[in-house]
Amino acid sequence: MKILVCISKTPDTTAKIAFTDGAKKFDEAGVQWIINPYDEWYALVRAIELKEKDPSVIIHLLTVGLADAEPIIRKALALGGDEAIRVNADSSDSYYVAAQIAAVANTEKYDLIFTGKETIDYNGASVGGMLAAILDTPYLSLVTSYSIEGNTSTITREIEGGEEVLTVNSTVVVSCQKGVAEQRIPNMRGIMAARTKPLKVLEPSTADTLTSIESFELPAPKAGVKLVSADNVEELVKLLHEEAKAI
Amino acid sequence: MVLVYIDHQDNQIKKSTLEAISYGAAVAAQLGTEVHGLLLGTVTEDISTLGQYNLKNIYQISDASLSNFDAQVFVKTIAAAATKVGATTLVFSHNQTGKALSAGVSALLKAGLVTGAIALPNTSAGFVVKKSVFSGKAFANVSITTAVKIIAISPNSYKVVGGAATTATTTPLEITVTPGQVKITALNKTSGEISLTEADIVVSGGRGLKGPENWGILLDLAKELGAATACSRPVGDAHWRPHHEHVGQTGVQVAPNLYIAIGISGAIQHLAGVNRSKTIVVINKDPEAPFFKAADYGIVGDAFEVVPKLTEAIKKMKASA
Ligand SMILES: Cc1cc2nc3c(=O)[nH]c(=O)nc-3n(C[C@H](O)[C@H](O)[C@H](O)COP(=O)(O)OP(=O)(O)OC[C@H]3O[C@@H](n4cnc5c(N)ncnc54)[C@H](O)[C@@H]3O)c2cc1C
Repeated sequence: MKILVCISKTPDTTAKIAFTDGAKKFDEAGVQWIINPYDEWYALVRAIELKEKDPSVIIHLLTVGLADAEPIIRKALALGGDEAIRVNADSSDSYYVAAQIAAVANTEKYDLIFTGKETIDYNGASVGGMLAAILDTPYLSLVTSYSIEGNTSTITREIEGGEEVLTVNSTVVVSCQKGVAEQRIPNMRGIMAARTKPLKVLEPSTADTLTSIESFELPAPKAGVKLVSADNVEELVKLLHEEAKAI
Repeated sequence: MVLVYIDHQDNQIKKSTLEAISYGAAVAAQLGTEVHGLLLGTVTEDISTLGQYNLKNIYQISDASLSNFDAQVFVKTIAAAATKVGATTLVFSHNQTGKALSAGVSALLKAGLVTGAIALPNTSAGFVVKKSVFSGKAFANVSITTAVKIIAISPNSYKVVGGAATTATTTPLEITVTPGQVKITALNKTSGEISLTEADIVVSGGRGLKGPENWGILLDLAKELGAATACSRPVGDAHWRPHHEHVGQTGVQVAPNLYIAIGISGAIQHLAGVNRSKTIVVINKDPEAPFFKAADYGIVGDAFEVVPKLTEAIKKMKASA
């Protein structure tokens, strides 16, 4: 079985969110970059677990990004995976990114494609769905567990107010979230091994972009907290009812 | 034409769909065009009443193979329907179903998509939609540059506008539906629970509650308020509460009318997922807890004392109302 894990680079969760260039660009000054947590903790780790169970499994990691994405893909390789691919292109439009991944998938013929449920920077939650549509494969979103027996994948996905369990026998695109696997810490052996694993750089294929970011905004700051004494919860109830009109 | 995807589950049209219809109607008014609905499958509910949200007509595709949800099948069907009826703007809710569908339809139609939208498009120059980014820490104004546009509106971001004295017509639509490959084998409903992303009020607990056995006070408060329950990440990780309750940057992002945080410190990753809530109440025994900086109202105190008192006070207020 051949698995593709899509990897995206995002700012660290504690990064200061600021913008430059007339609020047109994210301010990267001093920002630490990480593997998008959904891609790392769930998608990648689950793929590694599948390979631990069946060593014949081959795992490719793929990122669409410029050269500054390489440390991230190396970091991902330190956790596991056999080889990495970087499509050398800017990744700001979801459709463009999905089209790049689809082009690679069309030549590599993966049996299973994992993405994270969304990235924690642009929160698009779109690349997986677009990729599945381009490849004309089933798409399973918001997945909380994945297993495979023979040709049959068994998948649990979140729906409104519950979960759905389903099976499918074909190539699938699975967007992973909490539940699929548990976060792992890379060890020294993995980090050493990652240095010698192949990282292939591909030039992008032609694809359209459908959107562009015009500008960013920061939310208006809060007016400040109104503190109510712990002995006077009635006051809080009154404020919530009359002032905030929240209850 | 603006076409709104009518999501339904258990024969019911969800609140998030009513928001999407209201939003779609406003977009249509802004563009000087009509708003129609698209319903895949069948519901027992009387859909003509959706006219009260200014929906003119509902195109219905009632092919038997649409009775089970399969994103691949639904995406193709929606894309074909949108083309057939000549939709120029498609609206989805960015709820669980929307997350499974809008991206695929975008790819098939090559129609630019903005997910997690929080406001009406700005059409003064082009078509620019504001969306939440960095898990709620910022907003981006995204321009859709294609002829057909798709917007997935964030739940709880657009008010349901009802009350119009009209009924919606239903028009059957013939679309060839290709059968799918996915077999649904089980459906596990968390019965009686209020959906977290749709809830008006969310009551959330953190490590300050010390253990799962102490959740009773929080559940009582939630019950009194008709609220959904949530938790911080360590609480989910420790299995004190189910995974799907974990809110924050790496969990569910919520934007209720009221968010009550109990024994949660307010780490940046937690705030990211909840700071679009309209009103935030923090109950924490530590006056230095960072959450107070992001709150509208706060009580410095022991949750085990404050929360039961709060539940009582709300009960009293309701009784006297
Ligand atoms: C990459 C990354 C992603 C993350 N994503 C998320 C995320 O999505 N969501 C999330 O929540 N966290 C996330 N975290 C974790 C986050 O940094 C915090 O560790 C976490 O939110 C803390 O949870 P907490 O507030 O419940 O616990 P703590 O930080 O331990 O806070 C407990 C609070 O309870 C108060 N308290 C204790 N006893 C009482 C009492 N009797 N009455 C009242 N108050 C009391 C304390 O004063 C304290 O403020 C992430 C971290 C990382 C590194």
